[in-house]
Amino acid sequence: MPHLHTLTAAEIVRAVTSGSVSARDVVDAFLQQIDAVEPAIKAFLTLTPEEARQRASELDARRSRGEPLGPLAGVPVAIKDNICTQSVRTTCASRILADFVPPYDATVVERLRQADAVLVGKTNCDEFAMGSSTENSAFGPTRNPWNLDCVPGGSSGGSAAAVAAQEVPVALGSDTGGSIRQPAALCGVVGLKPTYGRVSRYGLVAYASSLDQIGPFSRTVEDTALLLQVIAGHDPMDSTSVDMAVPDYAQACRPDVKGLRIGVPKEYFGQGVDTEVGETVSRAVEALCQLGAIAEECSLPHTDYALEAYYILAPAEASSNLARYDGVKYGHRTRQGGGHIGLMEKSRGEGFGAEVKQRIMIGTYALSAGYYDAYYKRAQQVRTLIRRDFDEAFQRFDVLCTPTSPIPAFPLGERSGDPLAMKLADICTLPINMAGIPAISVPCGFVKGLPVGLQILAKPFGEELLLRTAFAYQQNSDWHTKVPVVANRA
Amino acid sequence: MALTPEEVRKVAALARLHLSDEELAIQTRHINDLVARFQKLQELDVEGIEPTSHSIPVYNVLREDVERPPLPREAILANAPEARDGFFIVPRIVDA
Repeated sequence: MPHLHTLTAAEIVRAVTSGSVSARDVVDAFLQQIDAVEPAIKAFLTLTPEEARQRASELDARRSRGEPLGPLAGVPVAIKDNICTQSVRTTCASRILADFVPPYDATVVERLRQADAVLVGKTNCDEFAMGSSTENSAFGPTRNPWNLDCVPGGSSGGSAAAVAAQEVPVALGSDTGGSIRQPAALCGVVGLKPTYGRVSRYGLVAYASSLDQIGPFSRTVEDTALLLQVIAGHDPMDSTSVDMAVPDYAQACRPDVKGLRIGVPKEYFGQGVDTEVGETVSRAVEALCQLGAIAEECSLPHTDYALEAYYILAPAEASSNLARYDGVKYGHRTRQGGGHIGLMEKSRGEGFGAEVKQRIMIGTYALSAGYYDAYYKRAQQVRTLIRRDFDEAFQRFDVLCTPTSPIPAFPLGERSGDPLAMKLADICTLPINMAGIPAISVPCGFVKGLPVGLQILAKPFGEELLLRTAFAYQQNSDWHTKVPVVANRA
Repeated sequence: MALTPEEVRKVAALARLHLSDEELAIQTRHINDLVARFQKLQELDVEGIEPTSHSIPVYNVLREDVERPPLPREAILANAPEARDGFFIVPRIVDA
């Protein structure tokens, strides 16, 4: 069967389970696609082709013995390189962890393996997930499959680009301020940030622990549901994971939005948001209304304060979480002398990139004596106001619709010298992490040949509603079937 | 409210980060770009507003206190930049 790499995860599971295609042929097809496009895209930091082939052959052997296969049977998956994989290098795209090989699997990775997925490699990202373009990787940038001169977004840019270029049907990323949804939008794929607490973070290298979540990338909403089903649920190893039943997310994928109340927050279409992006997203909302949804403008009045509050809270948490990189237990150690303090200062100075250093220092400053009340405490209070805005909106609306990113993919190098301009790429996504609610980005059109994402938000644990709305939209649009030229092999 | 390079140097020391002089100049500029924006939060009246540390209520979570094997020592030390005889090696801290 030709072009196996164009199959979705759901199609692969059906084909492999029924025996119409072998898992080995599937994985070989994707590895061929990786060989063909990777020189241009550079989505991966580490590839594990031998392990993937071996794993696929084991699945085929199990099937031929009549043993049942798991819900992701034979599906090739890419994992963002800040999620621990046993015996496979996990770098966080940082020099400080360039040689780190985790002695254990993250819970999500363990669950993927148990579901019979096939791990093919680790994807590039901004260092420690800090950035919006994947240019902060210590190992070089990833390129946007739709325009190789543009960034894929970030921080999970490698995962988004790999799915867009059909190197894998699905991937995992992490989202602290938009790091799944923004690259999903910029690469024209689906990306979901689950509710805080829905998915275990055990084995996710911590950046800002009150905001981080792991979530899936895919081309179809159905595949996002499939992956979420496997990774969601309580984990005793993550005390912030919520002990709540996991619904049947495949059942949620039905094209029914009749009577769905959509709020359209005006703050997300104002200053700083590209006019054409705003219009493209508005057309997607109109499309949902034609299917029976009812849209109305609303207001989230504290939106304008989210960026400032976020860039106090996230760096404050990062400054604490990244204190563990001291050149002693693991990671880079300086070759220069200087006693135990000098060892730490130089190991960290050599190991961390500029953006990571900046956030550690901002966090350290915000938490330092005399500034705590003015910065950290006030930012937490503003967080309460932002959360309340959403609480009030969800009393009137089932979902909210906004642009995912205020702009389409931007040229490599355009913002990398201006950290503040880079941070403005997250204005539509980071309030969602502050509130802890779930959100999905779905491809909804193109501006100047670059993909645009529709962001749909729901109240906590409202993933089913997100999937239903996004599924209905995809059933009635064809943006997700478009393939970038670089991924097409005759 | 702008930070001087000396103040940034002090913060870097608190965070155990070595910065070159060139890095210090760039970081001071970039940190000040962001810190200048923080003033905007002073516009809001937050009197009596409870701070949010987690978006969902998280209480103390306790697990059953049962024995279980830890990760093997060799697996942990395999990632150490320097290890010997089952220990991490660090520079001398106390003079003999």
